[in-house]
This record gives sequence, structure tokens and C-alpha cells, in this order.
Amino acid sequence: MTASPDLRELYQEVIIDHTKRPRNFRRLDNADRKAHGVNPLCGDKVEVFVKMNGDVIDEVTFHGAGCSISTASASLMTQVLKGKTLAEAREIFEKFHDLVTGKAKDPDFQKKLGKLLVFSGVCEYPVRVKCATLPWHTLKAALEGEAEKTVSTE
Amino acid sequence: MLRPEVLHDHNELNDLAIDVSRIREDFPVLTTLVKGRPLVYLDNAATTQKPRSVIERICRYYESENANIHRGVHHLSMMATEAYESVREKVRAFINAREPREIVFVRGTTEAVNLVARTYGAVNVGPGDEVLITAMEHHSNIVPWQMLCEEKGARLRVIPITDRGELVLDAVPNLLSQRTKLVSITHISNALGTVNPVAEIIRLAHERGIPVLVDGAQAVAHMPVDVQELDCDFYAFSGHKIFGPTGIGVLYGRADLLEAIPPYQGGGDMIASVTFEKTTYNEIPYKFEAGTPNIAGAIGLGAALDYVQSVGLDKIARYENYLLKYATERLSSFDDIQIIGQAPEKAALISFNLHGIHPHDVGTILDQYGVAVRTGHHCAQPVMDRFGVPATVRASFAFYNTTHEIDVLVEALGKVREVFK
Ligand SMILES: Cc1ncc(COP(=O)(O)O)c(C=O)c1O
Repeated sequence: MTASPDLRELYQEVIIDHTKRPRNFRRLDNADRKAHGVNPLCGDKVEVFVKMNGDVIDEVTFHGAGCSISTASASLMTQVLKGKTLAEAREIFEKFHDLVTGKAKDPDFQKKLGKLLVFSGVCEYPVRVKCATLPWHTLKAALEGEAEKTVSTE
Repeated sequence: MLRPEVLHDHNELNDLAIDVSRIREDFPVLTTLVKGRPLVYLDNAATTQKPRSVIERICRYYESENANIHRGVHHLSMMATEAYESVREKVRAFINAREPREIVFVRGTTEAVNLVARTYGAVNVGPGDEVLITAMEHHSNIVPWQMLCEEKGARLRVIPITDRGELVLDAVPNLLSQRTKLVSITHISNALGTVNPVAEIIRLAHERGIPVLVDGAQAVAHMPVDVQELDCDFYAFSGHKIFGPTGIGVLYGRADLLEAIPPYQGGGDMIASVTFEKTTYNEIPYKFEAGTPNIAGAIGLGAALDYVQSVGLDKIARYENYLLKYATERLSSFDDIQIIGQAPEKAALISFNLHGIHPHDVGTILDQYGVAVRTGHHCAQPVMDRFGVPATVRASFAFYNTTHEIDVLVEALGKVREVFK
């Protein structure tokens, strides 16, 4: 039984690294926005905390229990979004969404995604798309609204 | 082609006289290749595969017998009615009910439980009353009772489970009271594999005059079930978990109980006569079968029961127990595998976790090697909470599985570890 090459496209080194050592993995006591996300399909739970400075995301952290894809996605999301404006964050999410749903095959487009490109393998695994987008949907809920909101990817 | 591993099963099991390679030929789907590898189907607790005889029987029905049943005076309608009703008798014999009219066709276990909640529950459960279930129920044997209790101001009570995944029997007498109107328990847990001592619980409930519903979804395909011996009042199961089609299931109910309770849905077939002033309901079981039923499904279920009986449930149970032992030994030999559900009486199903790796990732990677398992909460979130895990990986076996397939699972688990090394 040889290791399947496809698997490495999904579980890239960076993803495994962020699974084992998630960055910004903590609750943020002074968060001014937060939201709670669940994937009822697999029971993954994630909480996202945001501290704003005017229009800019000053700090973003997460907490919760999930699979490798959702944990790494949350971890990389927090890294990528720190210091971004709300409009920029929204744009990145849209691009990320296109990437994991297989709508962004164009390499020029993909370049703009920077390190989020490690999730390009996800689109080959339709049932795992929700794992990758759960933290982002949760962040969106936090940014868009109520201080506390439960989102479900269903 | 006979793989050596299959021969191995064969030799060890000479006395069981179950010929796995022969049996596998009866299930067309088992030759499927997944990503270029032979399918290893270990998701039998979710649904079982269908033997050719079931598939062909359904085809034959649609090709040469299709008609609506009951009240038809033409040839096809009589044939279809006869085929449909003969399955009722087959089911009766299969679970040893007293009479065919105690067999109600439903969509599946879920509908059977809802039917009892909406009929028996509606007239027997009131404010302050209690319904008793266990901590290892499938959501389909929790939610209908919660809905009923909420509506009626009644209370749902729960028999706890031990760390090994067994019911705490000692707790049962105290949980039964004059307020208890029904006990509803699973025969075999789909999340843990535990075979529950339902006969004992039924005895305790009956001493207090309380009826008992048994959820047999995971039981009927894996062990002989005799509703008279169990002395249960209701017994529910799904056709698709016993090698039959989806969309058909069975509610067994004791005739006197079925007669005493109101109908479930209103419509055609469930009536004796209708005027705008008054409708008289049909006799049981038709009172509970409003509308055109799943005729092809019932006929397919009949073929599935024939198939199971041709193999023999005693043999099936023994062979599956052998698979369970083999898989348990192999999986237990790894320090990083935690088996959840270690009751001494278990069906051929193993819920487990691989240390530090989420079940969802395990499932995705196993799939790359053709191994189909289920990952998640298995519609039993309270069980996951009880054991403090978000989810598990579940390998569940049927009599067409082999020890070779268990070896493939174990080898593929090694690949999972490699990815996360
Ligand atoms: C123990 C148990 N009860 C009930 C059900 C529900 O069966 P169905 O979905 O066929 O109605 C299942 C199916 O997973 C089960 O395992």
C-alpha cells in the first residue's frame, strides 16, 4: 500500500503543522466581536474572537475542537487577517471560498491567496469544504453582527 | 479469485459453514473499485448492501407486477396485493409475532418510533408523566419523546451507562414509577455496539404494568429476534439495515395495544367508511397505513428476509462475532487506539479514536484506500458527550466482510498516522 499522492495535496505540510500547533489559539478576553460556529455534520465547534481598531482587525483568535482542515483553516485565517480592513477581509474570504469550492483554478488568481493556497486540495473533497469554511463563516458572523451568534454551515 | 485471507476465514470457520467468498458474490456492489482499490465496506450500521436477489425482486415487481394494492379487482392489483401482504406474514414469522396484523409497515425505525409517540403517547402520556429511555439511544429514539414530553408537560428520564458502555441495570427499578407511561430502549447501540439486556428491562417494566418499545434497528440483521420471547410491546426496525431497500420498515405492536390506540395519519386505506359526519377506521394494521405504501420496498424487504434466512441468523451471529474478536484484537494492539464501548456483549461494531487525529480526517484518509467507515457522532450526541469525545470512527461489520478487510483497515490506519507524523 503506497501513500496516495492526492492525500498530500489535501494534507499539505503547512496544514499538518497548523493542526499540531494552531496559531492564535486562545480566547480573547477583550474581544469586541465574537461568534460561535458549529458543523452539525461532524460536531466541529469553533469560536472566533475579534478585536477591532477602527476599521482594522487588530487581533483575531480562535478556540474550539475540530478536524485538521478546520483547525488549520482557522489558524491560517487568524494569521492572514491580522491588520486587514473589513473590506479586505471580506474580499479574502470570497477568494478563499472560490478556492475551496473549485471555482478558482486560474493560477494568477490563486497567487493572490498567498499562504491560503495550501487549501487548494480541499475542492477535490466536497464533504470537507465545510470544514475549511466553518471558521470563515464564523468570523463573518462575528464581524457582521451581534456580539454573539451561532452559525451553522448547514 | 479466492484471496488467501478468505481461505483463512474459511478454514477457521469450517464448523460455522459460512462461505464468505460465495456470499460476497451475491452482493454486486462489493466488486466496486474505489480510487482503484477494492471497496472495503465497513459502514454496515449505517446501511447494509443489497444482495442480487433483493435487487432483482424489486425489478421483477416493477417489470411485471406493478399495481396499486387493496381493493383492486384486476389481475395485477391482486398480484401486487398478494405479494405485499405475503411479506407481512414473512415479517411475522421472522420476529415470531403472533399474527400478521401485528406487523405495521412504516418508512423505517424513525417513523415507527414517531408513530408510537404520536398514537400511544398522545393518549397515554399526560402532565407529570414520564417516558424512560437510555443514555445510548439514537436521536430517533430521543427526539420524538422530547417533542411529546414538551407538548404534554411530561418528563424524559434516562437510564445511565457505565464507562464500558453498559446500561446501569441497578438504576432501572428506581427510574420506574407510577408516572412512567412507556419505556423505549435500543436493543443494540449503533454508537457503542452494546447488546442491551432488553428482556430483563422488559420484565422490570412489566412488573409495574409499563409497556416497552424496543428499537431493533441494529439488532435484526445480526441476531435472531423473537418478540414473544422478549415479551416486548413494540419492536421497530428498518429494512435497509437488513439488506433490504430504504424507505421500508416495520413496527411490531401487540394486537391489543394497536387496537387500543388511535390512528397515526389520516387518508386512504386506513378507513372502513367515510362520511362528512363520521369516519370509521379500518382494522389493524391498516389503521396505521394511510395512503399508498412502499409496495416495492415491502416486497424487497421480503426478499431480504428470505436471503438472511437462507444464510441463517445463528451462523451470521457467530461469524460476525468472530470478525468482532479479530478486529478488536488487531485494533487493541495499538497504544494510540482508544475503543469506545467495551461491553462484554457486543455486536460486530467498533467505535474508536486514533490519538490526536480527528475522526473526520481518519475517514477521509481511509477512503483513499477504499475503506468506508463512518465518522462523527452517529446520531448519538449524548453518547459522545458521555465519553467526552466530539466524534468517533466506527467500523461496523456484516457477514460479507472478511478478516482480510480488517487487515486492510489496520494497514490504512497506518497510512493515517503517516500523514500526521
Ligand atoms: C439504533 C438505531 N435506531 C434508529 C435508527 C434510525 O433508523 P432509520 O434512519 O432507518 O429510521 C438507526 C439508524 O442509524 C439506529 O442505528
